[in-house]
Amino acid sequence: MKVLLSGDEAIARGAWEEGVKVASAYPGTPSTEILEALATMPGVYAQWSPNEKVALEVGIGASMAGVRVLVAMKHVGLNVAADPFMTLSYTGVGGGLVVVSADDPALYSSQNEQDNRHYARMAKVPMLEPSDSEECKRLMGEAYTISETFDTPVLFRITTRIAHGKGVVEVGERREVPSRGLKLDPAKWVMLPNFARDRHPLVEERLERLVSYGESLPDNRMEMREPQLGFITSGVAYQYVREAFPQASVLKLTLTYPLPRDKILEFASRVKRLFVVEELDPFLEEQVRALGLDVVGKRVFPRVGELSPELVRAGVDKDYRPTWISFSPIPPRPPTLCPGCPHRGVFVVLKRLKATVFGDIGCYTLGALPPLSTLHSCICMGAGVGMVHGADKAGEGGRKVAVIGDSTFYHSGITGLADIVYNDGVSTVVIMDNGTTAMTGKQGHPGTGVALQGRGRRIPLESLVKGLGVERVRVVDPYHLGTMEEVLKEEMEAREPSVVITRRPCTLITPGPIGTCRVDQELCIGCGICVKVGCIALAMVEEGGEKKARIAEHLCYGCGVCAQVCPKEAIGEVENG
Amino acid sequence: MVRGVTNLVFCGVGGQGVLLASEVAAQVALEAGLDVKKSEVHGMAQRGGSVFSHVRFGERVYSPVIPLGEGHMLVAFEELEALRYAPYLSNQARVMVNTLRVNPITVLSGEATYPRDPVGMLRSRFLHVEAVDALALAVEAGSPRAVNSVMLGLLSRYLPFDPRLWLSVLEARVPARAREINVRAFGLGRELFS
Repeated sequence: MKVLLSGDEAIARGAWEEGVKVASAYPGTPSTEILEALATMPGVYAQWSPNEKVALEVGIGASMAGVRVLVAMKHVGLNVAADPFMTLSYTGVGGGLVVVSADDPALYSSQNEQDNRHYARMAKVPMLEPSDSEECKRLMGEAYTISETFDTPVLFRITTRIAHGKGVVEVGERREVPSRGLKLDPAKWVMLPNFARDRHPLVEERLERLVSYGESLPDNRMEMREPQLGFITSGVAYQYVREAFPQASVLKLTLTYPLPRDKILEFASRVKRLFVVEELDPFLEEQVRALGLDVVGKRVFPRVGELSPELVRAGVDKDYRPTWISFSPIPPRPPTLCPGCPHRGVFVVLKRLKATVFGDIGCYTLGALPPLSTLHSCICMGAGVGMVHGADKAGEGGRKVAVIGDSTFYHSGITGLADIVYNDGVSTVVIMDNGTTAMTGKQGHPGTGVALQGRGRRIPLESLVKGLGVERVRVVDPYHLGTMEEVLKEEMEAREPSVVITRRPCTLITPGPIGTCRVDQELCIGCGICVKVGCIALAMVEEGGEKKARIAEHLCYGCGVCAQVCPKEAIGEVENG
Repeated sequence: MVRGVTNLVFCGVGGQGVLLASEVAAQVALEAGLDVKKSEVHGMAQRGGSVFSHVRFGERVYSPVIPLGEGHMLVAFEELEALRYAPYLSNQARVMVNTLRVNPITVLSGEATYPRDPVGMLRSRFLHVEAVDALALAVEAGSPRAVNSVMLGLLSRYLPFDPRLWLSVLEARVPARAREINVRAFGLGRELFS
């Protein structure tokens, strides 16, 4: 049957058809939908882990126990999981193990655009790159064959356009793959120096065998058309090349590490001008060049952002001048905190307290944007907790605080907080507990006790932070600005570690608005202080030469944050009738 | 250029049902036996931000993204967003725009100004611009949430697929209790400009 699937859904389907029994991940755009899809399929145990490192370790354990495994993460997730990933290359696998890395060129929803193809090279593991949904599904079969034949994890690298692009996929039936059983083999699974030393030569030899495998792999495909123009390409860039130059010859690489050297040399000998087209780094280009070939790549194609059919055309044809209609100026429409978002009040208060705010990854990173402009750093998951302690120890600046979401705290905040306590720190950490992993689409986490396939067990936040040795733990409602201000001020001044939990469910997991606010047009003096809370339900509207605040009632959630900042008490809350 | 590929651009503001509408159009093309590709972005981009979806169908489709200047039709759920995605359209393109204005945060905070007459701007550059108060029609059909069915009804007039196919796909995609309303909304959209 033919169905329309996203790359993520197709990977899940492919893994399922290949008999995968265990799957784990931490949600992260653009990889989230893989596990969400797998979780609904029969015969698969699928789970969210607290972070990607644990997700991979769960996967390695299941693989060691003999079953087929899928582990998925976004590109920066593989940084978190890099430690087990590097040594997994040495141990190899029991049951087939595929690690999906979903990269994000153009940073649609990420903090960097690192090119994870380098991980394949660094870890010396084979890498497959699909170029559409059909390949996402089909190549899962190839991935598990390679994994089990060559005793290696396989890196399955996709990008946002593949993950969230949709295409036609022929779906099939599930093939049950019997477990290979748990085999104890210290020389393979216990990476003591003595054992690991013996594994390394095997890894090198494995790579050489994979080169030969890639030479005859049908998906490393030479498409000979006109010989004037030849392209070496992979992933979504292949589609852009086909779109831009339908008559050109193409070497379409699918196993992109290690590369099939002879096939590349043969292709190069059969075309006149040779280009390498790839997004981000010159990963293929440098290796092709190392074969002594004269190719054009990053000299004409950008290293940053995504490619597109027109960028491919423009790189090859200097005279290509595409035309299109554009209007300007067009006001940008950046993402913003939703109306009623419980994070908003926290930023309003921290702004008032003139605190330096160390943050990280989540919806709350949007607190950095105007008009709130009250989040001052974002490096990676959990970073703010370590950073606030470092800044405190440096002894510079005024009030400081770390903010972190609940899901992010379980992911990477716990060790940072342990650091503060252990090293006699004085920092305040605000855990913005909205009861979900909001940005990626309302996934559960250890603090909710809601597991991917149903019931889990909850790890209560208060007991966790108290268990870490934090004695000052306060819980406040982020809709009550006055109380929050008092508590935050006290805790930032306290000369010992403290945690303030601001607790309110994300509006996306509540049944809907709790009320509506209205501006009394008589009382409003048009000062504009309320619109500085950055809510799309609020606007300054000009009427009869006077600018006054107005609330779009169909957008208002009734949180009352704007009402609390109004100096004239002109905003009233109206209960929903 | 690849011949015979039809390129549709859908755009609007996060939460308006842009992705669902594009999903229906793509499914209709699939069920009509065509190759289909679709591209969009989830995650950070959806928190009240600008949302788009490209749908391409034909005998064989390569790029999931429409090359700049090659879109045949734009289905815009909001006026400003119609302007934003114009670069993807050919100058012969048909523009279908819902006459709704949603101020972005940059306008609300006074950093930027909402264009005075987006529909007029579109008309100055495109031959075929259809401005529709889809919200009013959706309300007439029974629910303000049926805006995307109105827009799909309008779009369906210009695509070579059987209206019964549209309806069967649409019905499968909306909750049972909203089916009748959406079918009505689709009909109202389809009858526009006839």
